[in-house]
Amino acid sequence: MHESAFLLGQVFNGFSVASLFILAALGLALSFGLMRVINMAHGEMLMLGGYLAYLTLQVVPGPMGIIVAMPVAFLGAAIIGGVLEFAVIHRLSARPLDTLLATWGVSLILQQAARNMFGAIGVEVTAPSWLNHTVSIHSGFLSGLDLPDTRIFILIIAALVLAGIAALLNKTRLGLYVRAVNQDRATAAAMGVNARLIDLAVFSLGTGVAGLAGVILALLGPVTPTVGQSYIVPAFLVVILGGLGSLVGTTIASIIIGLFTALIEIFVDVSVAQVLLLLFVILFIQIRPQGVITVRTRALEG
Amino acid sequence: MQLKKTGFATLLMAATMLSGAAPALADGTVKVGVLQSLSGTMAISEVPLEDAELLAISQINASGGVLGKQIVSVEEDGASDPSTFAQKATKLIQEDKVVTVFGGWTSSSRKAMLPVFQRLHNLLWYPVQFEGNECSPNIMYSGAQPNQQALPALTWAEEKGYKSYFLIGSDYVYPRTANLILKKHIAHDGMTLSGEEYVPLGGTDFSSIIAEIQKSKPDVIINTLNGDSNVSFFKQLAAAGMTPDKLPVMSFSIAEPEAKAMGPSLLAGSYTSWNYFQSLPGPTNAAFVSAYKAKYGADAVVDDPMVHGYEDVYEWAAAVKKAGTFEPTAVRNAAVALGFEDSPLGSVKFAKNQSMVQTGYIGQLQPDGQFKIIWQSPGPIMPEPYDPLTFPGKTCNLH
Repeated sequence: MHESAFLLGQVFNGFSVASLFILAALGLALSFGLMRVINMAHGEMLMLGGYLAYLTLQVVPGPMGIIVAMPVAFLGAAIIGGVLEFAVIHRLSARPLDTLLATWGVSLILQQAARNMFGAIGVEVTAPSWLNHTVSIHSGFLSGLDLPDTRIFILIIAALVLAGIAALLNKTRLGLYVRAVNQDRATAAAMGVNARLIDLAVFSLGTGVAGLAGVILALLGPVTPTVGQSYIVPAFLVVILGGLGSLVGTTIASIIIGLFTALIEIFVDVSVAQVLLLLFVILFIQIRPQGVITVRTRALEG
Repeated sequence: MQLKKTGFATLLMAATMLSGAAPALADGTVKVGVLQSLSGTMAISEVPLEDAELLAISQINASGGVLGKQIVSVEEDGASDPSTFAQKATKLIQEDKVVTVFGGWTSSSRKAMLPVFQRLHNLLWYPVQFEGNECSPNIMYSGAQPNQQALPALTWAEEKGYKSYFLIGSDYVYPRTANLILKKHIAHDGMTLSGEEYVPLGGTDFSSIIAEIQKSKPDVIINTLNGDSNVSFFKQLAAAGMTPDKLPVMSFSIAEPEAKAMGPSLLAGSYTSWNYFQSLPGPTNAAFVSAYKAKYGADAVVDDPMVHGYEDVYEWAAAVKKAGTFEPTAVRNAAVALGFEDSPLGSVKFAKNQSMVQTGYIGQLQPDGQFKIIWQSPGPIMPEPYDPLTFPGKTCNLH
């Protein structure tokens, strides 16, 4: 394999990791941006998506199972998110620290529920056979480069989800309301925007995206009751680095983290790369506490 | 405040009464401790192991007990936490007055319990394969030493003609030590090491490591990853087009239950090295498997650590009979003097260094989740707590 092929492969891997981070962190960024709620149960929405994929594959086996699973997981997680918002988060909206504790409690409950229903060791979700190929280059200076279809598929899904949410926020009436509530809740409410309903919609959208992300993550990782915990730390990292609550920031931060780890892993092993990544984020936050993108919103002031 | 004090006094009184009411060898019974994690992350592996230990105890009781006494097990929860293991071990020995303890899984749980057993002169039966490098008179090590699991795997791979080796593991003491030993032997046998990588426990991203593997093109991967990381690794390997038939993977921590949980379709064709497989032939193993299934359900699977836990109870009972007493020092002296005993693992005994003499097997995972045994060591392997190539000059002399 040529050095250039290896290097390009690592850049591709960086974007692949970034696409996973975007999917995992997007919902978190949405709910934090609008409502200033740190949802500790976000990882469990990813887990829920994985289990919904498993259940869907029981009903719809075969090549199209994973395609069917995505809307199912989106809806399932959005409904659970809606219930969570209505039953817990909305009632604690004046006490952000209590929301932290309450959502953490919810995350423990969901983990134990998954354990009781499906067992502690997890369930089997495998990629359909049409994803089990690679795009290989056999000649030229990139000879030896192998790009797995699964990772290309995930990149495409991440781009579509990102584009969909951007369009929703910027092109629709709902998006206009969301941006209005985001900028100034009281004024928007005075103008007749039902801020309460917007909160519910955005939170459900965020958890729905997490559910969809759970299906995607199951293609490359395990589906266990605690799987959400492995993604929640990188997701928070992305949200903090990106600038709290910014969609563009979340995207850029995911790419920075993805490329940083993929390129540094050429020289050091994965354990050391993790340490260097955390050091990098600490330094970055020292220099630029507001993150990559600064969001001007009343919701984040005071 | 007054209420609190009274409450505390009552508790203290209750505790005193409880420990007072538990004489060690009361009328026809003898107490042993069973100390596994019944909660926390390790419970998934340790609960079935405890089931196997309790099965052995009930079988021995049904056939008349030991020295005319029925065995009473005192079960405690190590909670996947080393300091809890040490605390519960102390409690079992001092308050419950158990004559011996069966238990432990992680090396950190064993390391935490070791000083307790040495200080209180009791005996621990440890059932899990580990990194060696330890030698205590108060522990019977029945799980494989590195030369009974890791090195047989290397011997098998060399016999198959594999020349270059890629080592991947979770970042903690067992993979680091096992790979240290493997590297010495790979170099000594004139083979090449094409890479060595570690990921943090629970790590999920293997994209860079897979790129390294594609670049260095090893003949075989030796995998010491633990837990869920295995699922991520095998899924991402398959996504990159490296299925087990194209690139063989030899794993050290995937046994029957893990294979069942991860999905045999993902892992089918990959290899693993143990001292026991559920598919081992022989009437003793068949009897054990059917007894276990009769008690814990027809779809229950058994694995290497469970069988070691089960066999430990039988070895202890045999040693007690030989010694004619439950006294731990006499029991451990008797245990190493026993001859080969027939067991579900085949013919085993304890060597003078208090580790088990046992056969190494290589299995290949079949689509039904069971392993097909494709290789076995020429005979039972003498355990070596200190690998002579890696730790020259260190020996374990206990008897």
